[in-house]
Amino acid sequence: MQDSKWQTLTRPLIDDNPLTLQILGICSALAVTTALDTALLMSFVVVCVLALGSGSVSLIRNQLPHSVRIIAQITIIASLVIIADQVLQAYAFELSKRLSVFVGLIITNCIVLGRAESFAMHNRFIPSVLDGIGNGLGYSLILIIVGAIREFFGKGSLLNVQILVPTSQGGGFEPLHLMLLPPSAFFIIGGIIWLIRSRRPRQVEKPEFTLRRSTETGE
Amino acid sequence: MSEAVKQENTLRAIGVTLAVAFICALLVSAIAVSLRPIHRANIEAERVAQLQLVLEALSDIGSAQSLDSLEARVVDLESGEFDDSIDPATFDAERAASRPATSVTIPADLDVAGLKRRALHAQVYLIRDSSNRIDMIILPVSGRGYQSTLRAWLVLDGKGRTVLALKFYQHGETPGVGARIEEPEWQKQWRDLPAYDDAGVLRIGVRSPTAGAYSEDAEYQVDAISGATRTAQGVHGMMRFWMGEFGFGLFLQRVREEQL
Repeated sequence: MQDSKWQTLTRPLIDDNPLTLQILGICSALAVTTALDTALLMSFVVVCVLALGSGSVSLIRNQLPHSVRIIAQITIIASLVIIADQVLQAYAFELSKRLSVFVGLIITNCIVLGRAESFAMHNRFIPSVLDGIGNGLGYSLILIIVGAIREFFGKGSLLNVQILVPTSQGGGFEPLHLMLLPPSAFFIIGGIIWLIRSRRPRQVEKPEFTLRRSTETGE
Repeated sequence: MSEAVKQENTLRAIGVTLAVAFICALLVSAIAVSLRPIHRANIEAERVAQLQLVLEALSDIGSAQSLDSLEARVVDLESGEFDDSIDPATFDAERAASRPATSVTIPADLDVAGLKRRALHAQVYLIRDSSNRIDMIILPVSGRGYQSTLRAWLVLDGKGRTVLALKFYQHGETPGVGARIEEPEWQKQWRDLPAYDDAGVLRIGVRSPTAGAYSEDAEYQVDAISGATRTAQGVHGMMRFWMGEFGFGLFLQRVREEQL
């Protein structure tokens, strides 16, 4: 039992990562990873929302009529996200301005509703919370890696601490501006997916359609 | 399924949904209300921080001032007159510019700053000299840059003829390229720059790199930043728009004619 709980928590990190295996939540991953600090804050909020959201959905799963379950789930998730946004605006004002709409958009992050619907509706409270935290951490792991790479190569800094001195200030580092633009996150996430799948070939999807070999050679 | 069970299910669905909605609404309102004082304090702190930048801009040009010496007024941009019915302390320029009731669409041919809409009012700061005449005018200006909206304080002399300083307080331009608009080296160029020629034509702006240092606009315009063409064009458009007739033009004209 202890083992399976541990697995619920750790499987979403690499083996069942919501971002790299299920390719969910990509939109926010592109938007908030230009710097490490925004990526960390976003990760923290998503972990909280996922844990609390999955937990609360699990608590009322037996009372929840099948026909209105999605609307109830969304109501809970939306409330949690609004609360998180309000708290950030109060205690992390500067960062929350930089995250702008993307905190609010956690409501539409497929990972949150996906876990509530596919896991929390069928499991008890503790495993659901663990599953929420695990998936949140899996999302965070990728976000933090991408955020660190983008900030380091795009600005030469990490957490706003200058590590490489850019040429404009007399140093020898030429910032890679591409890293600060959204496409770079696509490239990095693509690279991570490739890396994981070449290590774990099990994750490679079978092609859904294969071209039929032509029987008429035309000769 | 019997009729009774069906009805019970429907009632339960409504009941559970209402309960969930009620609890969520209660939580959200409780949090929002209890955090409101902190939100207000944050916004106030941001306003003070912006004012500090104004003071910084003034001390850069050798005119150290304190917060108290800034006179905040709201200007009606349509008439160019002060509108004292609006309290400067509660005036939210960004909000005003985004609401249809408090803003106007900028005609496409005049929209050189790429703003699309402009608030009907603007909050400005004035500094008066010992004989209570306007000594300096500080205007909020904004315009579309390369990848963000540029926001700056524009400091003019008491006649509104000469630019004394331009201080950017918000932008998201590329670090090391467009973001150099906030470097002191570049900002220094905006010191004591005449905005109009003798015929009263608006000439201020950012010189196009192809124009060269000997163009006829040289004495009214600053150098662009190499590699940041779009940002430079944005700053140019911003200056032309806000000093032009659809921006603060009427207000500045009234200041010149000493009607204020």
